[in-house]
Amino acid sequence: MPKRFLSLCFHSLSTDWLVIKKPELKGKAFVLAIPERGRMLVHASSKEALDRGIFPGMVVADARALFPSLEVFDHDPQLEGRLLTALARWCIRYTPVSAVDFPDGIILDISGCAHLWGGETAYLEDICFTLRNKGYSLSAAIADTIGAAWAIARYGQGIRIAAPERQRECLLPLPPASLRLEPNLLQLMKKLGFKNIGQFIDLPPSTLRRRFGEGLLVRLGQALGTEYEFVEPVQPVKSYREELSCMEPIFTLTGIELALKRLLEVLCRRLVKEGKGLRTGVFSGLRVDGEIVHISIGTGSASQRPSHLFKLFELKLSTLAPGMGIELFTLEAPLVEDMEGVQESLWDAVNHDQQAIVELLDNIAGKVGMDAIHRYLPQEYHWPERSIKPVPFLQGQPDKPWPSGISRPLHLLPQPEPISVMVHLPDYPPRHFRYKGKIYKVVKADGPERIEQEWWLQNGPPRDYYRVEDEEGIRYWVFRLGLYGEGEPQWFLHGLFA
Amino acid sequence: MKAMDGKKAVLQRLKAEIMALEKFPMPKSAQQASLGLGPMEASFTGNNFPVGVVHELISRDSIDAVSTNGFIAALLGKLMRKKDYCLWISNQRTIFPPGLSTFGVRPDRFIFIDIKKESDVLWAVEQGLKCSGLAAVIGELKDITFAQSQRLQLAVEKSRVTGFLHRYQPRSEHALACATRWKISSLPSESIEGLPGLGFPRWNVALIKVRNGRPGSWRMEWRDGGFHPVAVEDLLERANDQHYA
Repeated sequence: MPKRFLSLCFHSLSTDWLVIKKPELKGKAFVLAIPERGRMLVHASSKEALDRGIFPGMVVADARALFPSLEVFDHDPQLEGRLLTALARWCIRYTPVSAVDFPDGIILDISGCAHLWGGETAYLEDICFTLRNKGYSLSAAIADTIGAAWAIARYGQGIRIAAPERQRECLLPLPPASLRLEPNLLQLMKKLGFKNIGQFIDLPPSTLRRRFGEGLLVRLGQALGTEYEFVEPVQPVKSYREELSCMEPIFTLTGIELALKRLLEVLCRRLVKEGKGLRTGVFSGLRVDGEIVHISIGTGSASQRPSHLFKLFELKLSTLAPGMGIELFTLEAPLVEDMEGVQESLWDAVNHDQQAIVELLDNIAGKVGMDAIHRYLPQEYHWPERSIKPVPFLQGQPDKPWPSGISRPLHLLPQPEPISVMVHLPDYPPRHFRYKGKIYKVVKADGPERIEQEWWLQNGPPRDYYRVEDEEGIRYWVFRLGLYGEGEPQWFLHGLFA
Repeated sequence: MKAMDGKKAVLQRLKAEIMALEKFPMPKSAQQASLGLGPMEASFTGNNFPVGVVHELISRDSIDAVSTNGFIAALLGKLMRKKDYCLWISNQRTIFPPGLSTFGVRPDRFIFIDIKKESDVLWAVEQGLKCSGLAAVIGELKDITFAQSQRLQLAVEKSRVTGFLHRYQPRSEHALACATRWKISSLPSESIEGLPGLGFPRWNVALIKVRNGRPGSWRMEWRDGGFHPVAVEDLLERANDQHYA
């Protein structure tokens, strides 16, 4: 799934917060000040103070001179960090991956979330509206990359959402500062007259690297999506992973089995609690010599039963070489799936049977491979090779009945085999045919059943199928490819009837 | 007369005891319903086709193999209930699933396991026979030792799954711990009431060995979802005026 990111930018986080905390400050000019080199400096000023020309970085004494009734509060240097973390946690209601973006923003990974709010526009509106209602002034933007979302949120004039894979167009008119560059680099660009990204985005990378260093290329790549960038979510997505460290290195099979059983129990308990089931599992051991050995299993459908999973691992345990001993065991489930409660199935004998079959198939697949197991459903094609479709395991029931009234052979040759025939008349079944050097005399015959090529799939002559029986009572399925009168038709043997 | 009846009852009881000792599953009264195998049923104890045992079927060439698989499918058509699944384990599968529906079974109830290594087939069959959720397990394999067949027998005693071992061109036909041994070959079909074309599938069914029963040989036709014996006169007649239809 293509990634989508939302960047939130708070314009005056600390003052907004103070107003929320002390509503009586609303509409008043006040500043937050921090001591620096023996004097008090304005760190943040409220909107009213800004209007009166009091900007961050001013000395408080100068500000007081400008506006004597200015209220001054001490600023806590940790405040912004705490506030952003709290807000990022609050944002988890919108997406599970929410990260703090110092000093004034939040990055949300919203891939696959927006449709729940009825599209990205509604999603963005909802977040902004709720936060503004709380009293924060902010801007926000959505784009394919963190860099582009960041840039558009802060510098995009009127644009809020960059359509998928259109971040380049949105970036062109933005100033270089929107790329999150170092101040001295920005100064250099200003000196050289680069006012927007469009002026240098198409310059050869080698030139850019020579003039501005690697940093610019990385930032540009992050904004365009060619360079990977990751965020650190405030609440890490919990992986299904359990560890077991041992007092002493373990190298006996019994010991390893015990460790596996214990890990499986812990993991399965968690899976049951969260209504999940394991699809793939990796059991690994960290050896004394620093090597990591592992075995992995896969299941046909989600499972949370320790005994069943143990059986699957058991088949492969012999390939786990303990060497001088294993110090640390880990069991991880990289792929889990939602699972309906197994409780119901206890009442339902059929479901219970199915569970047993699924576990059996997992067991077999563990030894001979998943691709050895086949089950087929009918498919709406007449062409014999296409009339069935393979489905995984026990999933899926036929949505239409198996065709009745037409006879299909019990054995089908992997490939139709050419035969040479003697035919009375065109459109008659063969009188006798020769297959692999032996002549079979046809005694009875049925047909033809003409099956045309499915023209939307492939072109070619039709097949005319005949059921024929020879003197010994063996029933064959033969067909003629093509028609007499239109080239030389060929005959094939395709199957055998019981 | 009363004494006779008493003797009969004693004999019956003793028979049942012996069977129990031999671990031969006695059909439960609930399953007493006949499978509709026609005259073949008379060969089995209590006129019931044994389920929950392993059957052995031998075919000597690929032509016989088709008839044998057809016969198995026909038996499954009688055995399987609507929601049952069964396992078809083979090394080189030739079965075309839609062909199974001729014999009254739904092809989507079959799970085919196509194993590359022949030695794994037996392992998979044993695993399948241990799984009581299945109705039947069909294993296509060549050779099996007596000890291996005993393992299968032990598995079905617990799980009550019916097993079919289809042995294709076995090296020797030694004794196995299977309940029956069959040989099936195809017979010329009979055109339907003088209509041209092929008739219904016909087989020569030979029950060579059967535990606690009488071996026999029949000519059977699969028609209208059931087995029907073929009168020998029909065959003779057919042989006399063999003609091209």
